[in-house]
Amino acid sequence: MDYFLQQFLNGLTLGGVYALVALGYTMVYGIIQLINFAHGEFFAAGGYMGVILLSFLASQGYMDSHPWLCLGVALCLSMAYCAMLAMAVEKVAYKPLRSSTRLSVLLSALGMSIFLQNGLMLTQGVYDKAYPTEFTHGSITLGPVTISLMQGLILGLTVTLLLTLNFVVFKTKLGKAMRATSMDKTMSALTGIDANRIISVTFAIGAALAAAAGILVGLYYGSVRYDMGFVPGIKAFSAAVLGGIGNLYGAMLGGFLIAMVEIMAAAYIPHGGEYKDVFAFIILIAVLYFRPTGIMGENVNDARV
Amino acid sequence: MTLGSKHARLWLGLAVGLGWFALLLFPLLGITPDGLTFQTTWNVLKPVALAAVGIVGLVSLSHLPAAAGLRRAADSARAGAATAVSRVPTFVWITLLLAGLAAYPQLVGRYGVDVAVNVLVYVCLGLGLNVVVGLCGLLDLGYIAFYGVGAYTYAILATQFGVSFWICLPIAAVLAAVAGACIGYPTLRMRGDYLAIVTLGFGEIIRIIINNWMSLTNGPNGIISIPPPGFYTVVFDGGISLEHVLLRKLDQMYYVVLVLAVGTVIAVRHLNFSRIGRAWEAIREDETAAELMGVNTFRFKLLAYAMGATFGGLAGAFFAARMKSVAPNSFSFIESALVLAMVVLGGLGSIPGIVLGALALIALPEVFREFEQYRMLVFGGAMAVMMLVRPQGLIPAMRMGKRGEDEA
Repeated sequence: MDYFLQQFLNGLTLGGVYALVALGYTMVYGIIQLINFAHGEFFAAGGYMGVILLSFLASQGYMDSHPWLCLGVALCLSMAYCAMLAMAVEKVAYKPLRSSTRLSVLLSALGMSIFLQNGLMLTQGVYDKAYPTEFTHGSITLGPVTISLMQGLILGLTVTLLLTLNFVVFKTKLGKAMRATSMDKTMSALTGIDANRIISVTFAIGAALAAAAGILVGLYYGSVRYDMGFVPGIKAFSAAVLGGIGNLYGAMLGGFLIAMVEIMAAAYIPHGGEYKDVFAFIILIAVLYFRPTGIMGENVNDARV
Repeated sequence: MTLGSKHARLWLGLAVGLGWFALLLFPLLGITPDGLTFQTTWNVLKPVALAAVGIVGLVSLSHLPAAAGLRRAADSARAGAATAVSRVPTFVWITLLLAGLAAYPQLVGRYGVDVAVNVLVYVCLGLGLNVVVGLCGLLDLGYIAFYGVGAYTYAILATQFGVSFWICLPIAAVLAAVAGACIGYPTLRMRGDYLAIVTLGFGEIIRIIINNWMSLTNGPNGIISIPPPGFYTVVFDGGISLEHVLLRKLDQMYYVVLVLAVGTVIAVRHLNFSRIGRAWEAIREDETAAELMGVNTFRFKLLAYAMGATFGGLAGAFFAARMKSVAPNSFSFIESALVLAMVVLGGLGSIPGIVLGALALIALPEVFREFEQYRMLVFGGAMAVMMLVRPQGLIPAMRMGKRGEDEA
């Protein structure tokens, strides 16, 4: 039982990361029906920006005195950076294709993904870059389970970001405009909503969430790599599809579900660790076979972004 | 709007874009643990800025009245060349082309043949994927899995059981077709993007299984010393006997793949202009309408997957025989993306287009060998640019309507 609880906690931690990345996919899909293949690269760019900023701050000596403040600064700056990157990608590769076929936009996205990944490799090198992680050591024991400081940080930050996003989408004027644009672009434009601006903002928010996830993963595993965006990217996309693409809560649920399947398969099935990705995809295929719209994909006009 | 203000906006856009690019580039290149450096950022930004200014300058110049006369002259020259070409009957061109292809290994060195073999393998793959994506309109992002199935079929059968290449070829094709039907069956109810992610997942599943099934596939190390194809010749040395000759030379392998590629071209062409091909195209244009007109969409979609996979499997078996070794990392997602890019770059559903696409994506990077490390960067960028300037591909297919799913 203790072992199960511990694995459950690991699943929650990983699920939080997947959910953060999946939200970006689902928001973009909801608004322009595009699988943004480059989204995984925003995740990787966020991770890199974190390591660049943290090691810069460490060399200036700020990390020893105020490590958590430094982490906060790095987090905010890399989220802002990835938001800018996403807006640039949207402007260059997707906006001119607004009226062309969906396959064209998809391939453009695929091209951008390859471009960004290789850009990261050329500028930052092919080897792993190590995160300064000394300040995150430590753990709290709560009854039978042990929560490491890092897991606590990931869970806390994920919940905070998810709640903030929920607030932005459902309680602010910007969120209302986003929901309106995703439901009917023409009609919302007639009411004075600038669709191009809303799409741009959607990309920015999604990329900022992915950047936060990138930093958290970098801190958790201690290093980043230029191609780290690919596998979490497709997992998160699977999560978004599993939950019903276009649905915010669906993406969160799908993220936690995929992560749980992965962790539990690794923990309880012999050789499960090697095949954990296979289990994640099989669950995806099985769910889509019986329910092609995803788990929560029914309410097309409700709670969509 | 006058010409002047349009140009002013172009230049302003360029300036803003370059500023934004510099802003994005600086953190990656300018922030180091030692401090802030501006030199490296500037070194990268400078050539990009020069190129951008050059391109925008050319665009501005081409809108000047003086350029119109030049363009008209070029157009009339192109039209003249086109009529001259079309006067000669098609079979003459085909014969010339085949003769050229047959003589090719004698004209170039080993390196040239090597590149040509690569191109021909990708022609087979591209045409196979074309059946699924171009003809039937089903987006498949895990196509390389069938290539892997074919390659491992030959690798295992040849090294473990000593089965000959020519027997393995149909077995590889059948196994790949079965794999194609396996992925096809659960996805037939899905459309568009759901299909994309499921095929992507399936491709990853195959790769992970190959990577981890140590007892069968030898895991990440792959399978080595795979025998090349061989054939029996009659030998007269005091009586008649049969001798088994292995095709060890690259030139001989070139002819094997040439036959395979030409066979694929003929097969796909026949499929395209048959009843089956028309059914596929009907499904691509509008699935609901096709079903109403009596096309059995279930069966034809499954058939499209199986046929596409068959060509992939054949190419895979050849790949294993030619490389003499297979490893899981040859079948990663980036290869699927490369084949898809070939099909789309050449023109969906267009056979000459896909051949050209394979030539462009495999042979062109060889020309720019010195810039090896920028290869994928340029490839990704080119893919996005291609979608902007010529989304229908280099040689668009003759029969291609507006895709049905766009209105949905």
